[in-house]
Amino acid sequence: MDENKSYLYDFIKGLWKENPVLVQLLGMCPTLAVTNAVVNAVAMSVAVVFVLTSSAIIISAIRKFIPGQVRIASYIVVIATFVTMADRYLAAFYPAQSKALGPFIPLIVVNCIILGRMEAFASKNSIFRSILDALGMSFGFAIALLLMASFREILGNGTWFNMRVLGSWWDNWMVMILPPGAFLTLGTIVGFSKFLQTKFKKA
Amino acid sequence: MKKQYASEFVLSSSPHIRNKESVPKIMYWVVGTLLLPVGASIYFFRMNAIRILLISIVFSILTELIFLAARKKDLSAVFDGSALITGILLALTLPPGLKSSYVAIGAFVAIALGKQVFGGLGYNIFNPALVGRAFLQAAFPVAMTTWVPPVVQKVVDAKTFATPLGGFKFSHILTPYKNLIIGNTGGSLGETSAILLIIGGTILLIKKYIDWRIPTGILLSVFVFQGALYIANPQKFANPLYFLFAGGLLLGAFFMATDMVTSPITPKGSWIYAIGIGFLVVLIRVFGGLPEGVMYSILIMNSFVPLLNRYTRPKILGEGGKK
Repeated sequence: MDENKSYLYDFIKGLWKENPVLVQLLGMCPTLAVTNAVVNAVAMSVAVVFVLTSSAIIISAIRKFIPGQVRIASYIVVIATFVTMADRYLAAFYPAQSKALGPFIPLIVVNCIILGRMEAFASKNSIFRSILDALGMSFGFAIALLLMASFREILGNGTWFNMRVLGSWWDNWMVMILPPGAFLTLGTIVGFSKFLQTKFKKA
Repeated sequence: MKKQYASEFVLSSSPHIRNKESVPKIMYWVVGTLLLPVGASIYFFRMNAIRILLISIVFSILTELIFLAARKKDLSAVFDGSALITGILLALTLPPGLKSSYVAIGAFVAIALGKQVFGGLGYNIFNPALVGRAFLQAAFPVAMTTWVPPVVQKVVDAKTFATPLGGFKFSHILTPYKNLIIGNTGGSLGETSAILLIIGGTILLIKKYIDWRIPTGILLSVFVFQGALYIANPQKFANPLYFLFAGGLLLGAFFMATDMVTSPITPKGSWIYAIGIGFLVVLIRVFGGLPEGVMYSILIMNSFVPLLNRYTRPKILGEGGKK
C-alpha cells in the first residue's frame, strides 16, 4: 500500500507494471494503425505525451469545479483542445508526418488511455502527481509503440527510422507493414510481456 | 486360477466399446494417402518439389520440437505425425519456384502461429498449413503468384506460366480437361493432379478418417453455385466441372477442410461448414481479385467452427419441446 503513495511509483507504474498498451490494452487504434514505421510511431508518441500531460494538468487543476454529471464531456473538451493544437502544429511544421498519420492525430481525442487517465487519476489527484502519472503512462505508450514499430519496420521494410539495417539479401515481409502484421506483432509482444511479468512475479 | 478369473471378468467403467484407432495411426494413414499427390508433384516438378517438400517437413518438425521443449511438453508428441502432415500439406500448396527461405518461414509460421500458440494439436482454430500459406501470401505476394510450368511440359517461355484458374480469369484461356485430371498444368505442387487427389481422398473416405459430408458438401455446392452462374451466362462464367478440377479445390476439400481439429463435429454443422466453403470459393474465384480462393474460404469457415458446434448440438433425449 505504501508504494502506491510514492511519487516515483506514480511515474514508473505506467512504464511496465500498468503499461497502457501491453497490460491495460488501451489505445489499440493508434497502436495498430500507425506502427508501420518508426517515424510515425515517434510522431504519435510525442503527440500523446503532449496531449496527455497538458490535459492532466488542466483537469487536475479544475477537478474540484467539474460537476460529476458532466465530467466526461468536460474531459473531452479539454482533451480536444490540446489535440487540435497538436494536430495543427504537426500540419504546419511537419506536413509529411501529418499526412502519413492521417486521421489518427485527431482521433487521439477518443484515445482510451487519455480519457482513462483523466477519469482514474487526474480527476482525483494533485497536479504534481497527475503530471507524473501522465508522463509515465505516455512514456509507457511510447515504449510499446516504438517496440512494435521497430519490429514491423525492420521485418517489413528492412529499415529502422528510414535507415537501412538489413542488407539487400533481405526480402521484405510485406505482411508486417500491412494490418495483419500489426495484429501479429501486438499479439506476440503482449504475449511475451505477460510471460515476463508472470516470471518476475514468481521470482 | 486367479489369473484366468481376472481375464474373464473385466470390471471397468464406461465406455465399453473401444476403437483401435489412435491419433498417430490416423495421421500416418493421411500421410500415406498424401504420398499420391506428393508423388505427382515430384513427377511434374522434379527437384523443385523435392526441395520444397524436404524444407517444409524439416522446418515444421523442428519448430514443433522447439515449441514442445519451450512449453515443457513430452517431446515424443512430435512423432504423432501432425507436424509431418502440416509440413507436407504446406509444401503441396506452394508454388514450385518458391525460394527455400520462404518455405522455411512458412513452415515456422504454420506450426508456431497456426498451432502451438493456441496450445498444440487439438486446440488450434485454423488449419496450420493454411495459416502458413496465408502468411506467405500476405508477406510475399509476388513470389506466391509466380508459377513455373511442370518439367514434363515443353514450353518455350519457361519462366512463368499461368495456372488453369489464373489463365481463365485474366485471359479467358481454358486448360484442357485431360491436363487438369492428370496434373500436367501449372499450379501449386500438390493441386495439379485431380485423379490422384480423388483416389487419395476416396481411401480416407473408405477408412472413415474424414467426414464424407465435408468433401461432398464442398464439391456439390461449388458445382451448384457455379452451375447457376454458368447457366445464366455460359460465355462469361466457367463450366462448373472446370472449377471442380482446376486449382486447389480437390486438395482443399479432401485434405484440408476435413482436418479433424478444425472442422465441426456435428453432422448438421459439417454440412453448413462445407456449403459455406463452396459458396465462398465460387464467390472469390468469380468475383474476387484473386483467381483462387480455397485457402481463404477454408480459413474463414474454420473461424465459424466453434459457433457451428455450439448451435448444431443435437438434442439430448428428453430435452426440448415447449418451454
